Amino acid sequence: MSLNIEFEIKHDVLCIRLSGELDHHTADELREKATALIEENEIRHIVLNLEQLSFMDSSGLGVILGRYKQIKQVHGEMVVCAISPAVQRLFDMSGLFKIIKMEPTEEFALQRLGVA
Amino acid sequence: MKNEMSLQFRALSQNESFARVTVAAFIAQLDPTMDELTEIKTVVSEAVTNAIIHGYENDPNGYVYISVTIEDNVIDLSIRDKGIGIIDVEEARQPLFTTKPELERSGMGFTIMENFMDEVEVLTQPGSGTEVRLRKHLKSSKMLCN
Repeated sequence: MSLNIEFEIKHDVLCIRLSGELDHHTADELREKATALIEENEIRHIVLNLEQLSFMDSSGLGVILGRYKQIKQVHGEMVVCAISPAVQRLFDMSGLFKIIKMEPTEEFALQRLGVA
Repeated sequence: MKNEMSLQFRALSQNESFARVTVAAFIAQLDPTMDELTEIKTVVSEAVTNAIIHGYENDPNGYVYISVTIEDNVIDLSIRDKGIGIIDVEEARQPLFTTKPELERSGMGFTIMENFMDEVEVLTQPGSGTEVRLRKHLKSSKMLCN
């Protein structure tokens, strides 16, 4: 089981859709690809769709927090959507919801950022 | 009835999923809930990742050793490395503490282990390695029926 990453750029929003497992091994690829896309396309906001994510651990929290810090520098926002109860527990535990917003679907997330 | 298994593998990140899936498959015989299975997989992932990144500092020549004992509804997990050890365990166990922020480590590994397991014990010796012992009592449906 590995991680499948799908990117879509809508205006200054980078949509990241993850399926599979996000751990230390797969986090590196996500970090490299997302970091490059954010820099090259003047991305301000990120929508992270976790609907198809079957597993995540603290390495996932680290890479998500890293991208949040990246867009924070350009005063952007991060919105996660379609999050599973298991992943939500990790977010709660780490306090990530204090800085990252949550929406039930990608559509709501995009609406929140004004690009739907 | 008591049952146990052990495995060892190289300290490579691609073995993290192998480790958590194997441990989950072994404990499946206790008929855990999906939540319990996810918790076990997550803590195995955390401890193995710690062994690889911190214990061996990403040197793939090291080996990670896992042993699992199950008896009744209790799971005892041991995840061990022969790496550099931890100088200050209390500090390492603090939420959000990490020695490797440049690698985007969240510092949540031990906090997650403490939240998902009933007991967490860290045995370490700087220069010779670390063993994390984790215990969990499953809330078995069979127990409730009896």
